[in-house]
Amino acid sequence: MAAEQREIRDDALDGSQLAARLESIWRTPSGLIGTLMSVDHKIIGRRYIVTAFAFLFLGGMLAILMRIQLAGAEQRLLSPDLYNQVFTMHGSTMMFLFAVPVMEAFAVYLVPLMVGTRNIAFPRLNAFSYWMFLFGGCFLWISFAFNVGPDVGWFAYTPLSSLQFTPSKRADVWAQMITFTEVAALAVAVEIIVTVFKQRAPGMTLDRIPLFVWAMLVTAFLIMFAMPSIMIASTSLILDRLVSTRFYDPSSGGNVLLWQHLFWFFGHPEVYIIFIPATGMASMILATFARRPVIGYPVIVLSLIATGFLSFGLWVHHMFVTGLPQLGAGLFTASSMLIAVPSGLQIFCWIATLWDGRPVYRTPLLFVLGFIVIFVIGGLSGVMVASVPIDTQVHDTYFVVAHFHYVLIGGAVFPLIGAVYYWFPKICGRMLSERLGHWNFWLAFCGFNIAFFPMHILGLMGMPRRVYTYTPEMGWDRLNLLSSVGAAIFALSFAVLLANAIYSLRKGTLAHDNPWGASTLEWATASPPPPQNFDRIPAVTHRDPLWADSNTLPVIAGLSAERREVLLTSLAEAEPQIREASPEPSIWPLLTAIATTIFFIGSIFTPWAVMWGTPPMAITLIGWFWPTGSKEDEE
Amino acid sequence: MPAWVRSGLLLSVALPLVACTGSQSALDPQGLQSEQIRHTFMMFLAVSGIVWACVTVVLGIGLLPRKRISDEPLELRRPFETRAGRMILGLGAATALIVLVLSFVSYAGQRTLFAKDPNALTLRIVGHQWWWEVHYAADSPHNSFATANEIRIPVGKPVKVELESADVIHSFWVPSLTGKMDLITGQTNEIQFTAKNPGIYRGQCAEFCGLQHAHMAFAAIALRPEEFERWREHENQGATSPTDTLAKQGEQLFRGRGCALCHTIRGTLAGGQLGPDLTHVGSRTTLAAGTLPQTPAALGAWIADPQHIKPGNLMPQMPLQSGELIAIIRYLEQLE
Repeated sequence: MAAEQREIRDDALDGSQLAARLESIWRTPSGLIGTLMSVDHKIIGRRYIVTAFAFLFLGGMLAILMRIQLAGAEQRLLSPDLYNQVFTMHGSTMMFLFAVPVMEAFAVYLVPLMVGTRNIAFPRLNAFSYWMFLFGGCFLWISFAFNVGPDVGWFAYTPLSSLQFTPSKRADVWAQMITFTEVAALAVAVEIIVTVFKQRAPGMTLDRIPLFVWAMLVTAFLIMFAMPSIMIASTSLILDRLVSTRFYDPSSGGNVLLWQHLFWFFGHPEVYIIFIPATGMASMILATFARRPVIGYPVIVLSLIATGFLSFGLWVHHMFVTGLPQLGAGLFTASSMLIAVPSGLQIFCWIATLWDGRPVYRTPLLFVLGFIVIFVIGGLSGVMVASVPIDTQVHDTYFVVAHFHYVLIGGAVFPLIGAVYYWFPKICGRMLSERLGHWNFWLAFCGFNIAFFPMHILGLMGMPRRVYTYTPEMGWDRLNLLSSVGAAIFALSFAVLLANAIYSLRKGTLAHDNPWGASTLEWATASPPPPQNFDRIPAVTHRDPLWADSNTLPVIAGLSAERREVLLTSLAEAEPQIREASPEPSIWPLLTAIATTIFFIGSIFTPWAVMWGTPPMAITLIGWFWPTGSKEDEE
Repeated sequence: MPAWVRSGLLLSVALPLVACTGSQSALDPQGLQSEQIRHTFMMFLAVSGIVWACVTVVLGIGLLPRKRISDEPLELRRPFETRAGRMILGLGAATALIVLVLSFVSYAGQRTLFAKDPNALTLRIVGHQWWWEVHYAADSPHNSFATANEIRIPVGKPVKVELESADVIHSFWVPSLTGKMDLITGQTNEIQFTAKNPGIYRGQCAEFCGLQHAHMAFAAIALRPEEFERWREHENQGATSPTDTLAKQGEQLFRGRGCALCHTIRGTLAGGQLGPDLTHVGSRTTLAAGTLPQTPAALGAWIADPQHIKPGNLMPQMPLQSGELIAIIRYLEQLE
């Protein structure tokens, strides 16, 4: 009791003393080992973002290779074997190593700041998640470098991916890469849900949560429900290949369509796992640059939730030509098109916001406007492919390639690049160049449309997907050449982004706390934020706290100034409940990730890896959870 | 939708490609089904075009410079907020209505597309990596035969194709005639279509099936009914014995050099089952599943080095003298 009486709380110190104290408590240790031990959500978030963009670069290079190959008829740059690896790697990298992780990465960085807490929930799990993602991605790309890159498509349909038709390790590499990214994604999903539910600043009731945080909450639930499906699918594929189970072998009572159901039950929500965070980013950016709150906050929140639910009810539209019963297929047409309603509502809300606002045309807003224009095209072509009769023609053609690039690049990458311009000053402390930003946007907008619009027409002209070449008589070469030129312009826009980032990191204008005059809590702290995020935890009285309390943000006091502590609040009303210790830096998450990696990679070669791979994992987990005798949580 | 809108829309899509619409295009329907799909597509395209134009215009108006009453972001005009809220919900309802109508349009199209005619001519196609095994079967045993990589069908008569796979999943697709249907391991799918006009339409595998997915095409040749009957009659016969000496030598070599282990030529001793039936290979329009045109030169190139033209396919390179090669080419091309 006596010791507790003497504990210094944050209300006993003045501003600068407190800041210095908290910084020393929360900072990541220096040196190489210290770096590897970090559990700071900002450091891990930054690593996550940079790694995901590195994979975007690699995946983009593959896209360029494919566009060179297809720019003319009968090009011989890539052999069929290499081409099949390249398109598989492109799809897998973009979906599993870029799009999903980059959204999680932004969430890992931003959600704790936006809800006004000092670290994400389960910070060590967060570190573990990053290492698993990194190792899984490296495993895939190193395999590719050694010519064991997967070549069965990012969807790995059985029986093509079975041992009989892919006897090499290529399909195993793909399936195990999935396991890595699943583990990483599920970990982040759990952290986000708990952070949002339990660590919001006092007063941030459910109807005051920033829209990006809402979007990430919905996404986290989507991950939790969708990922187990692919986990079952890929694990049973590995079992078929490794220990001769017969899940997907029709000659022994298995079923090849089972794979497609399981894969798309995950695969379709996956699209929304990528798209929903992007809409959250768009809402945040729009509010800031329209200089007013987004109209229809409840409509947007409900749309996000509705999109989440609906996304689980339309996987069958990927299977319209597999010979399904007609009425059933027709119902999935309706359910697929229905998703246009919540998506449409969000777009109407954004447009109404712009109508009433006074838009400030900075780069982030340009990207959001580009997103709306492009995404509406992608959504409408989505309505087309949702129709069974139309789909029988365009399924597996370049029309679909055009469609989902409009949705994924238009609907996710454009807001994401906008988000990079928007939050770069917060993360790095310097502004990105607006001049280069405008170049970046216009190159991206024009390049993207030149690259992908012609693909709609190519698909209607009969060009199937995943062909490494075509003959000149098909008449596809001119549009393909145009598309390749567009791809080059689009790639250039990313070079501009990279150049801008490198230049601005050194020479950019220094950013103060809130350079855009935004309304949410991440702008209430320094740029970049100190290790403790906030010296004093803000108390929220309004949905747009920095606009409502523009001079002094109310804060609450009472957290320890001696050890890492976060404040837990109630789920709906965010009333303060308990002070909770937050873990110290630790090397164990890295060691656990290494042990898990050895286990995962070993088990594609021999089932015995499950036996000898488990003890090291158990040892590292014991180290991780070793009780340190910390004080009980207090009221 | 008025006819002029429809044709205008069609033109706007088709104009850039008038010159390049090939024989494998959904934009140039030559069958009842493909025509009907295009019809559904055009309706969707019209609705989508209007929706996109409206959204873009409304967005554009919102971006025009204008005065705002206050610089304070939280000073909102109540009447505007209420109006905007109602407008948004109204537009949401309109979206739902459009979606509902389109669902019914789609389902109506789907019903017609998948309507079955019990009297359809029946074919069975088995997909292989990377070629198509074709069986004309059904009505009577003496009228059934096998061929490969080419189907011939009568104009105006419904054709039913039963689809199976010998290995991985493939997809049967002749866009000029109808949409696609997968050939799935362990199950039999069915597709029906009717050609409207005589012609040669190209089909291609549309489901990724491995290394040579790009080279798995076929020809669908629509003939006038009487021509079709003549062709079927002829195709049903075995191969005729060669008359000239070169071709006779070729026949010997075909059997002696291993070709017959994989290929069947009905009416001869060649009875291999692994590769395509070659009984009337000389009368087909393409070689190696639509990879090459059927010419003596292409035939020679193919036999001389199949792995160069279509790497990874099952056909091995046989050691042949050039004279022997010429004899085999002669033999095969006279198998009409």
